[in-house]
Amino acid sequence: MSTTFTLNGQSTTLDADPTMPLLWALREVAGLHGTKFGCGMALCGACTVHLDGQAIRSCVMPLSAVAGRKITTIEGLQSKQAKAVQAAWVALQVPQCGYCQSGQVMSATALLEKNAAPTDADIDAAMSGNICRCATYTRIRAAIHSAAQSIKA
Amino acid sequence: MKSPSAHSQLPTRRDFLKSAAGASALALSIGFEWTASTRRAFGAPSPGPFVPNAFVRIGADDSITVIAKHLEMGQGAYTGLATILAEELDADWSRVSVESAPADAKLYNNLAFGPVQGTGGSSAMANSYAQLRDAGAKARAILVSAAAKEWHVPVNELTVNKGVVSHAPSKRRASYGSLVKTAITLPVPDTVTLKDPKNFTLIGGRPARVDVPSKTDGTAQFTLDVVLPGMLVALLKRPPLFGATVKSFDPGPASAVAGVVKVVQVPRGIAVVARNFWAAKLGRDALQVEWDDSHAEKRSSAAMMDEYRRLADQPAPSARKEGDARKAMGEASRTVSASYEFPYLAHAPMEPLDAVVKLDAASCEIWTGDQFQTIDQANAAQAAGLDPKQVSIHTLYAGGSFGRRANSMSDYIVEAVSIAKAYGADGTPIKLQWTREDDIHGGLYRPMYFHKLEAGLNAQNQLTAWRHVIVGQSIMAGTPFAASIKEGIDPTSVEGAATIPYAIPNIAVELSTTKAGVPVLWWRVVGSSHTIFAVEAFIDEAAHAAGVDGFAFRRSLLEHQPRMKAVLELAAEKAGWNSGPMPAGKGRGIAVAEAFKSLVAQVAEVSVDKEGNIKVDRVVCAVDCGTPINPDIITAQMEGGIGFGLGAVLHGAVTLKDGRVEQDNFNNYRVLRMNEMPKVEVYIMPSNEAPTGVGEPGVAPIGPAVANAVFAATGKRMHVLPFPKLGVA
Ligand code: FES
Ligand code: FES
Repeated sequence: MSTTFTLNGQSTTLDADPTMPLLWALREVAGLHGTKFGCGMALCGACTVHLDGQAIRSCVMPLSAVAGRKITTIEGLQSKQAKAVQAAWVALQVPQCGYCQSGQVMSATALLEKNAAPTDADIDAAMSGNICRCATYTRIRAAIHSAAQSIKA
Repeated sequence: MKSPSAHSQLPTRRDFLKSAAGASALALSIGFEWTASTRRAFGAPSPGPFVPNAFVRIGADDSITVIAKHLEMGQGAYTGLATILAEELDADWSRVSVESAPADAKLYNNLAFGPVQGTGGSSAMANSYAQLRDAGAKARAILVSAAAKEWHVPVNELTVNKGVVSHAPSKRRASYGSLVKTAITLPVPDTVTLKDPKNFTLIGGRPARVDVPSKTDGTAQFTLDVVLPGMLVALLKRPPLFGATVKSFDPGPASAVAGVVKVVQVPRGIAVVARNFWAAKLGRDALQVEWDDSHAEKRSSAAMMDEYRRLADQPAPSARKEGDARKAMGEASRTVSASYEFPYLAHAPMEPLDAVVKLDAASCEIWTGDQFQTIDQANAAQAAGLDPKQVSIHTLYAGGSFGRRANSMSDYIVEAVSIAKAYGADGTPIKLQWTREDDIHGGLYRPMYFHKLEAGLNAQNQLTAWRHVIVGQSIMAGTPFAASIKEGIDPTSVEGAATIPYAIPNIAVELSTTKAGVPVLWWRVVGSSHTIFAVEAFIDEAAHAAGVDGFAFRRSLLEHQPRMKAVLELAAEKAGWNSGPMPAGKGRGIAVAEAFKSLVAQVAEVSVDKEGNIKVDRVVCAVDCGTPINPDIITAQMEGGIGFGLGAVLHGAVTLKDGRVEQDNFNNYRVLRMNEMPKVEVYIMPSNEAPTGVGEPGVAPIGPAVANAVFAATGKRMHVLPFPKLGVA
């Protein structure tokens, strides 16, 4: 069975079990490894990608559900918000082990694309689904504020 | 900057194209074995690279490759190791990258606890500092001699700045890369003069982490990301009870799943080997296995804790004895007592355990975030039926570990090897992937402990007697480190308690070691993950009984501990400890710890709402870790340690019901999330002492600091971890 959707701006057809979670289709069929596996149950955010611009957990989204829709992964980030987020991540030296960070960057980017000046409460609401076992949370928060500032400037 | 291990092991296409020396770097790095012949082989292509020792390679293109003997699991080891070497080498930081060393207990011994190549005990900087300064300085000396030789000038007229050697009188300059061809012909000096620390430019500065760019754009390579031609993916069904074994199984339903290639039995269970993860998962879900529970641990953790409580009143081996605590307790004008209960804890690193194994009749190649290279090499060899020399290990980034990947059973690696062997040992690469449920159910937990404490105060409210009994499993028993157990005392069970720093004339610390079928392991900051809680929460109870403020009470007992007293004072001052009482519902708490020779004090500020929800608002942390190698990484490790420790005291527990683990995933094994993270301020004590660890010590004081703050806010003491909901328990 094949499923056709837009992956990082390119029309893509993946030949895989339609019940396979998008996470594994991206990783093992499309060969994009930036999106990570952390829990498989929409509990940790490591697998976060954008579905039509919304941050979603790809580990619980069957491949069939994205037919005809737009998926963006860490490999396909282009927006000025994404670039600002990644620049802030480097400037503030956010990652430790780094394993959660693709998901964090995806969630942070989706937040800034909707909300140019998020408050701490907005950040809590948007980011609490993304676990970081290294607890880089203080830097993630600071980097989101700094990215928001840099876009405004 | 290039990402360090991305190109050291398995380059992504992007890294590969970015890498100037793509093809040759790949050829040199994959399967790289450090032998005399390889070293000669490095000298053969013209020119260079220059390989003066086992820790650095300098290319004709000016690239500096630092060889890391330690695992990078988030703690910043790659950057720290490179900083030390690059400092003495006077390297250009922008040209420095890092790759992992092959397993070799001689060349890459951990000087803190070897002969083993391994990472743990917050020892990477401490045991590498002298070694890598020497390695960097010797490399520099040879490169300078090479310039002197080429230019026919005396060495003492040469200076180096950022990888460029200059001769001011003749205005000649040469980059390290251009000197490689002469350098490889020169001998390595026996001795070399190290820099005066006041001339350091990288150590104590803020060189950027070498791994941050690739960990921000998704290109960093973890074991999860390894793909080899023809690779299959395996999931292992393990027994639901610790110690159970396979009685019988029906491979039929699993084999019928599309994509499943083989179902094989291995010592730890039944493995489903498939073309991809999803097929392996569906296959494993379909597996029917009957287990033999006759030797399994079937107790509940609550029943075990009841037993521990009883054991705390029985005589037990002494871990520290000073004066006569029993007598002094009897003579005290007042005594206080309390007990503290600690659950089993899973490490739950963000990357579930995984390893890729390629096994054939004569060799075994392993790709993983390896934390115990030479122990894993020996265990893998045994499982494969090979000689350790036939086992090569490619160490990749680990997505966290917190101790989990360093275990002397090499559990996940041995599983992967045994699956590859049962599959046929035909050279097919197999990736063993654990799920989060496998991880939470998988054992090797921080042990469960019961602590009982008693303190005696005299008429002047001075602490005269201290008794502390610890009950729980030994981490070291039955491991290659069991020799550290002396007269019934596993030092990892009592560190932080037997080493109580306070000046108390009569001290008795005892340990009752229990046995259980639940496998246990060190967990970030090891013994101090529970002992420091007990000591620092209880000293607060003693201070309260004495009618003295917790900071002043501790301070008065630390006159003979100047470094610890100094961090305590620094944290208190920065936190505004004496700035007056906090509003209703808020409280401040303090705690201090020595762990892995570093000293950390923390002040926590908490709010407790009407429903009894605890929110930690702010943590002020002071740390003395000797010479600060990279202050920004030290700060990050304190921040991370605080978040990690806080998650455990607020939420963390693995419990057993009739032997079965009751938690499965992050829904019921909760960890700290963004909305619970306090503001953190970190202050680093200036120091010229030898550097000590920072990966773990920050975890130790946060629990008791918060517990003491909760007491200040509510009058309630936290005697059971994780903290029960206030007003409910
Ligand atoms: S892997 Fe999808 S949310 Fe955890
Ligand atoms: S950086 Fe390690 S889990 Fe987030």
